[in-house]
Amino acid sequence: MKGITTFIIKDILKNRIVILYTLILCGFSWSIFSLEDNVSKGILSLLNIILLIVPLVSVIFANIYMYNSTEFIELLVSQPVKRSSIWYAMFTGLAVALNAAFLIGIGIPVLLFIHPLTALVVILAGVLLTTIFVSVAMLCFILMRDKAKGIGLSIMLWLFLSLMYDGLVLFFMFQFADYPIEKIMVLLTAINPVDLARIQVLLQIDVAALMGYTGAIFKKLFGTQTGYFTSFIFMLVWIVVPYFFSLRLFKNKDL
Amino acid sequence: MIEINNLTKKFGKTTALRKVNLTLTSGTCVGLIGPNACGKTTLIKNILSMVVPTEGEIFFDGKNIHGDVFYKNNIGYMPQIGRYPENMSVRQVLQMIKNIRNHQGTEDKELYEAFEMEKIADKKMRTLSGGTTQKVSATLAFLFDPPVLILDEPTAGLDPIASEILRVKIIKEREKGKLILITSHLLSELDDLLTNIVFMQESVVVFNKTMEDLFAETGENRVSRAIHKLLKTEVLS
Repeated sequence: MKGITTFIIKDILKNRIVILYTLILCGFSWSIFSLEDNVSKGILSLLNIILLIVPLVSVIFANIYMYNSTEFIELLVSQPVKRSSIWYAMFTGLAVALNAAFLIGIGIPVLLFIHPLTALVVILAGVLLTTIFVSVAMLCFILMRDKAKGIGLSIMLWLFLSLMYDGLVLFFMFQFADYPIEKIMVLLTAINPVDLARIQVLLQIDVAALMGYTGAIFKKLFGTQTGYFTSFIFMLVWIVVPYFFSLRLFKNKDL
Repeated sequence: MIEINNLTKKFGKTTALRKVNLTLTSGTCVGLIGPNACGKTTLIKNILSMVVPTEGEIFFDGKNIHGDVFYKNNIGYMPQIGRYPENMSVRQVLQMIKNIRNHQGTEDKELYEAFEMEKIADKKMRTLSGGTTQKVSATLAFLFDPPVLILDEPTAGLDPIASEILRVKIIKEREKGKLILITSHLLSELDDLLTNIVFMQESVVVFNKTMEDLFAETGENRVSRAIHKLLKTEVLS
């Protein structure tokens, strides 16, 4: 089903919003690195964009694109194409196109301005987050027949993972500050892909020391090779599980 | 060719099809008729596995269609309301379907030429009128010369000239020994097209007869009158 995938990638890359998104990311990253002398500070500013803007644009764009492709999907289902191939083509198309936008907008400047290993972690974090939120958007699409509800759900999920989750964890931390909750903290962080991305990037620029005792534990657990590997696996789970769950629902959907 | 066994489809609490049994053979042109919401389109969508049956099986050429997609290479489908990606041009849609079906052998370009598709080939799908979209659907259904044609309300929205072109084409394909399944409300159109009639009402198949039997039983020679008469007598008896 290469034909369908390439068609979708081309269609998305031609989309004005995606071009605008690439340009905005480009503008942000180039201006941050040209204005900021301290590279670590630059990465911190960039981190906010990677953790907030990139997932938001990915989830909303992917979700709306899915709803706009309802007819396209219907047409394909009436033809000799497996439903799993259709789903795979949609996912690959969206993920490749949005990641291309991210790599051009942020990947290139990051590679030019900062240490290659750090750059690699930053880029990997962005790519994984983009793909995760595409997968989540497709799940929201299949769960809600109504477009408004589907977009609402995907925004709620973004809001929860990017902003509210941290608040809740912080609240929990203050409530149980007297108890040894470090392990639970680590687990709670590991569940959220946005937090994982944040920690991996922060560990790269040695500000983990500023995060106190918890920071030290994070450094000890996530800063090792096993730590990197585990966070990578946890983020992959966030891509794979929503994808296969939505695929199962799509296979039995009445069109 | 197509065998439907005990097919039941429920959408939530409403039952769209109830224990439908039907055998469709090659060389016949079957008219699937019945009032609105009697389950005609659902039956067709089941055959194309666009909806998943609640119970029962469908066999295509003796093979269960569940989990199979390649049997669709043998079906040309013209939907009631063709819904296409808005940003694609007519040419792109045709090209994409060609790529998907990976069709070997010659293409049947008769309708493409008769409907003068070349003139609108570079227009986007969203700019086309309802009737023109129907022409695209019809062209697609016949393009790969499939042994089975499923036409859902083929003439709805077509102008008289286009409708006549399509009718002639259907008769021509029937003579080639294809299986053609048509749903329609316009009974007068069907007179010289059909060989069999399947009548559905309230999600069940009421009868499945050849045209000769239908005319002989009722003593009429028009589809519309024959069915009227048959329904009246069935209600009375």
